Amino acid sequence: MNNKINTYTVSIYTENNLGLLNRISAIFLKRHISIESLTTSQSEINNIFRFVIIVSISEPKIKRITKQIEKQIEVIAAFYHTDKETIYLETALYKVKSKSLFDEKHIQKIIKESQANIVTVSPNYFVIEKTGWRKETESLYDSLEPYGLLQFVRSGRISVSKEPMNISNILGLNTDK
Amino acid sequence: MKKSIKISGAEAVIRCLLEEGVDLIYGYPGGAIMPIYDELYKFQDKLTHILTRHEQGATHAAQGYSRVSGKVGVVTATSGPGATNLVTGIADAQIDSTPMVCITGQVASHLLGSDAFQETDIIGISTPVTKWNCQITKAEDIPGVLAKAFYIAKSGRPGPVLIDITKDAQFELMEFNYQKCNSLRSYKPVPVYSLKEIKNAAELINSAKKPLIVWGQGVILGNAENEFKEFVEKTGIPAAWTILGLSGLPTEHPLNVGMVGMHGNYGPNVLTNECDILLAIGMRFDDRVTGNLDYYAKQAKIIHFEIDPAELNKNIEVDIEILGDVKETIPELIKIVKQKTYPKWIEKFHSFYKKEYEKVIKDDLYPVKEGLTMGEVIKEINEASNGDAIIVSDVGQHQMVTCRYAKFNKSKSNVTSGGLGTMGFALPAAIGAKMGAPNREVVAVIGDGGYQMTIQELGTIFQTGCAVKIVVLNNEFLGMVRQWQQMFFDKRYASTEMINPDFITIAKGYNIEAKKVDKRVDLKSSVQKMISSEKPYFLEVRVEKEANVFPMIPSGASVSDVRLE
Repeated sequence: MNNKINTYTVSIYTENNLGLLNRISAIFLKRHISIESLTTSQSEINNIFRFVIIVSISEPKIKRITKQIEKQIEVIAAFYHTDKETIYLETALYKVKSKSLFDEKHIQKIIKESQANIVTVSPNYFVIEKTGWRKETESLYDSLEPYGLLQFVRSGRISVSKEPMNISNILGLNTDK
Repeated sequence: MKKSIKISGAEAVIRCLLEEGVDLIYGYPGGAIMPIYDELYKFQDKLTHILTRHEQGATHAAQGYSRVSGKVGVVTATSGPGATNLVTGIADAQIDSTPMVCITGQVASHLLGSDAFQETDIIGISTPVTKWNCQITKAEDIPGVLAKAFYIAKSGRPGPVLIDITKDAQFELMEFNYQKCNSLRSYKPVPVYSLKEIKNAAELINSAKKPLIVWGQGVILGNAENEFKEFVEKTGIPAAWTILGLSGLPTEHPLNVGMVGMHGNYGPNVLTNECDILLAIGMRFDDRVTGNLDYYAKQAKIIHFEIDPAELNKNIEVDIEILGDVKETIPELIKIVKQKTYPKWIEKFHSFYKKEYEKVIKDDLYPVKEGLTMGEVIKEINEASNGDAIIVSDVGQHQMVTCRYAKFNKSKSNVTSGGLGTMGFALPAAIGAKMGAPNREVVAVIGDGGYQMTIQELGTIFQTGCAVKIVVLNNEFLGMVRQWQQMFFDKRYASTEMINPDFITIAKGYNIEAKKVDKRVDLKSSVQKMISSEKPYFLEVRVEKEANVFPMIPSGASVSDVRLE
């Protein structure tokens, strides 16, 4: 068996249920596996939710865990993919003192070159948004850090798979064909 | 059209149970479930409630009831400690795939999250050990959720479900309309089997020279005992059982070659590592069955019959996966497998049995030394009951001895805590078993340690008159732990010696006829007297204090390194 550690994106389609997050996270907890990020949102199908969970483990493990997740009653289907098999992004927000924007001309250049957006500007601070891969948001972090970051936050990964996930077939619906 | 009248949520709960054909439930009342108990009082002619002496007892009783009857066990308890006391039984039912619906009361919905009196997050607590759970805060949700609960508990691979109902939802009025649940779009309890895989399996089976079947509880849960027997007889393949598979094929069947696993029989353990095809039917390769996975059946092609996709390739990589219900897949296979016999191969099992008999079995069943053995007690129970009894065992040495030597003619007759190994299981489970099969003899075999974990259920026996026969094999030790201390911890008997009370006096305090045996000469007649009694009966047998259970696969060793001494 291949025990090499990889980053996997687990996509879980579910009914909306109060206890489901607890049930899914318990599957990881039971095996002492830490979740690197978790996002949940409405999916492409009405009233069906989608969890995106990122973990770094071996393939045999992710295979077994995906089956355990799929076994949960309100889980419609669960899939796992490698980075190569998905298109994924993260969003980061950077809150910086407004003074730096005017005093340090270089900052404007950093924002422009990193293709980040200024979301809001107030007399005291301004907020920059950058969406992209981890290394891009990290690089922007490194560039802005010397000017003093008041706050920094990064979202969990969101992703779509390159191949269809056949969720519609499972439910007998016509989407993502 | 009948005009519906409004009823309370509590009454709706009872009506749901009746709609599901429930006539017996186990439980314990308390503040947050009082409205439901009030309705139980009103419906007592239709629905019997058995008051156990502890909520854990209620869960094990429901398990015993389910394991012998195949029906869903139902438990009711109050919020807080009532609910948390269910957790061990729920975990036991989860790991042993026992269908059970637990209904707990909860504080009123406006108090949720306020640390109210007897509030506990039982949904959070029970999540990892339930097949499904759900909290109800509105009476109108009761029928839909309970219908779903029963469907989930009993379908596919069965398991426990917990429904938590706030007190205000029990009081609230609603219009009752019940519809049984038969499907859920997110849940596929029985996967569709592949005829192609079955054909591949048949080809492999037809070409086998030294095949071995290991069957588990899946055969029993799937009600596929007849199909399984037909398959075994047609293919002529020797069949060994896991502890929960026991009684799925009669013990005396010529192709039944005994138990696999840590204290299983010598032949099937050693020959697991010699067979060319291993057919795993409704079993899950538990570590107590496989020993060290690196040395488990490496030479064999493995065919796994399984209803739960998550069990496939979980512990063992298999060659052919037959996903589906064995009740459906085995008949398909029977059609295309050849009639065969394996006299030479089966002879091997017999010769290993002879070795085991000389080294272990003879001394267990026909001892010449003074001390009574656990094995001879089981032999006497077999003889007195003609192998027709339901035998409920607890956990430990006596459990291994019971499962090794008990004779079963009928299925659904072996009730024990397998996966979780819950001491204290047997006494309440025996009560449930007797109620689930009132016309059958039910004998609980329990160690002196486990007996004292749920001894309060003697009160339930006293109150209901439930005619279970209780055999305590008293060695004044927590025997299995002591055996490990002797073998692997240089005989340092840390906290395994028990100073026990007078069990006879205790039984008599509950008005249960009781007898103690400490001499071989009294054993047969005492067991016969117990079996012939029509009332509850307690028999204490003083057995040898420091006897060990063999064969044994030491933990971390290979199945073929099973030791006889």
